[in-house]
Amino acid sequence: MSDTNTAHDEHDDPSRRDFIYIATGAAAAVGGGAIAWPMAMQMGAAGDTRAAGSIEIDVSKVEEGQQIKVLWRGKPIFVRYRTQREIDIAESVDVSTLRDKQTDDERFVPDFSGKINKNLLVMIGVCTHFGCIPVGEAGDFDGWYCPCHGSHYDSAGRIRKGPAPLNLEIPPYKYISETVIKVG
Amino acid sequence: MSGHSTYEPKYAAAKWMDKRLPIIRMGVDFMGFPSPRNLNYWYAFGGILTLCLMSQIITGIILAMHYTPSVEEAFNSVERIKRDVPYGWLLQSMHAVGASMFFLAVYIHMFRGMFYGSYKAPRELLWIIGCLIYLAMMATGFLGYTLPWGQMSFWGATVITGFFGAIPMVGESLQQWLLGGYSVGNPTLQRFFSLHYLLPFIIAALVGLHIWAVHHVGQNNPIGVEPKTKEDTLPFHPFYTMKDAFAIAVFLMIFALFVFYLPDALGHADNYQRANPMVTPPHIVPEWYFLPFYAILRAVPDKLLGIMLMFGAIAVLFVLPWLDTAKVRSLRFRPITRWCFIIFLVMCFVLGWCGANSPDGIAIPMGEHGMSFKWLSRIATLYYFAYFVAILPILGWVEKPKDVPDSITKAIHDGVA
Repeated sequence: MSDTNTAHDEHDDPSRRDFIYIATGAAAAVGGGAIAWPMAMQMGAAGDTRAAGSIEIDVSKVEEGQQIKVLWRGKPIFVRYRTQREIDIAESVDVSTLRDKQTDDERFVPDFSGKINKNLLVMIGVCTHFGCIPVGEAGDFDGWYCPCHGSHYDSAGRIRKGPAPLNLEIPPYKYISETVIKVG
Repeated sequence: MSGHSTYEPKYAAAKWMDKRLPIIRMGVDFMGFPSPRNLNYWYAFGGILTLCLMSQIITGIILAMHYTPSVEEAFNSVERIKRDVPYGWLLQSMHAVGASMFFLAVYIHMFRGMFYGSYKAPRELLWIIGCLIYLAMMATGFLGYTLPWGQMSFWGATVITGFFGAIPMVGESLQQWLLGGYSVGNPTLQRFFSLHYLLPFIIAALVGLHIWAVHHVGQNNPIGVEPKTKEDTLPFHPFYTMKDAFAIAVFLMIFALFVFYLPDALGHADNYQRANPMVTPPHIVPEWYFLPFYAILRAVPDKLLGIMLMFGAIAVLFVLPWLDTAKVRSLRFRPITRWCFIIFLVMCFVLGWCGANSPDGIAIPMGEHGMSFKWLSRIATLYYFAYFVAILPILGWVEKPKDVPDSITKAIHDGVA
């Protein structure tokens, strides 16, 4: 009985039936994907969040040995006026011994006159480990110390000790006048 | 369910009901479930956990009526619940303390399962569903802790979502997708609230599967010998409902002690400060129930490896039924493994202690410097993993277990159950 049925099915224009099955399945898959995609993508950063992109910071008020914090994209930007001692310490380090190899110069962008102002260090003040805010003038290397998991950064914001993998990030910024920088 | 239904409807209404929707029959059969007659008080935690889940869901639904999930209002709305909403102080305290009590009970429940070998065949799936419940509880606990939007809420959320940023290549985009922005902010809080409301119902569904599974395979018991005859078992009701009720009463006394006298003892003072993205608290730690995993995370100097170890510490629980190679279930009859388990238990507490302290702090003063928490957590982490991937598999082969009783009833008569 089942044999005759099978035989009968084979005569019953299989290509047309297969086409309907596959077309239905394909339409369902595309439909499922078409609704799953927006449901997943709504999670991402919204337009207004993205739009709050860039800020200007007046750096003229930062005195030697001071640091200001400015909020940018929900994260603090550190602007530190380094002392000569801090610059000397940062320059004296053998770069090949660093975890994330960067010279002190590579931590800066040229200022308004096209030179590098090694006094004014601009960084994203977010530990590259899990995103805590490091404390200034702390740690074993005269720089920053992250209280969360014990990462030590030096006076150029480079990772020296502890679990963080990278140096404190330098945000995209440029000098738009002698005293004002634009971040973002 | 094991065995046939023994329910006989007595009243006309019950008979009418039984022909149409045998829900009374289902309940009676469910409560009459034959349970080993030698269950001790460690077996009461299933009932206690059911109560915890119900309490969290009920208080949570009420709190959601008063809570505002926005970065501007969240902190104030929680303070308002505590100060102004009638009995809000009680409900908020029950919910916050309840989370701790829930974890306390689940840890005892899990350690009990590990001691008596309750994960062994045919209970592997029962154990794995339990692990899934635990995982969902951890997610729910973390999400809920974010909602009051205090300093610890904010920085806890920043650190935990930072884990995803450590994944090579896709990490940063994945993290932004999870947060809904460049950092933890309003979109993060709103989705955390939504998911915190959802997950308990997923837990409830998993608990349904967990109870179904335990009714299908039967409960394990302290000697780990399956019931063989009817006299090895007792009906769940009234015997274990009464035993559980007494255990619940004692548990609720501890619960009440915290709710009424120590509502903040298990929390952190920093969380009474409103979230501030510019300042990280000097000493951030998770809630006590996550401390051992936090210590494992910090034990290694590498970010990605730390995360992998931390998730590995949970993942290894899922494969425990296959790592333990012993034929004997209960550690009562495995003298060497029993001691290794006790050391394992101590190491879990040591990890919790390490997680609560600064990695560079001195844990054990010895000689000139002493051992730092970082090194202590390394030793404890090593033992934690060794217990699962080395000690249990090897001891299963080499250890000679003591004589296991033939039956539960015989064990009771011989005074060893």
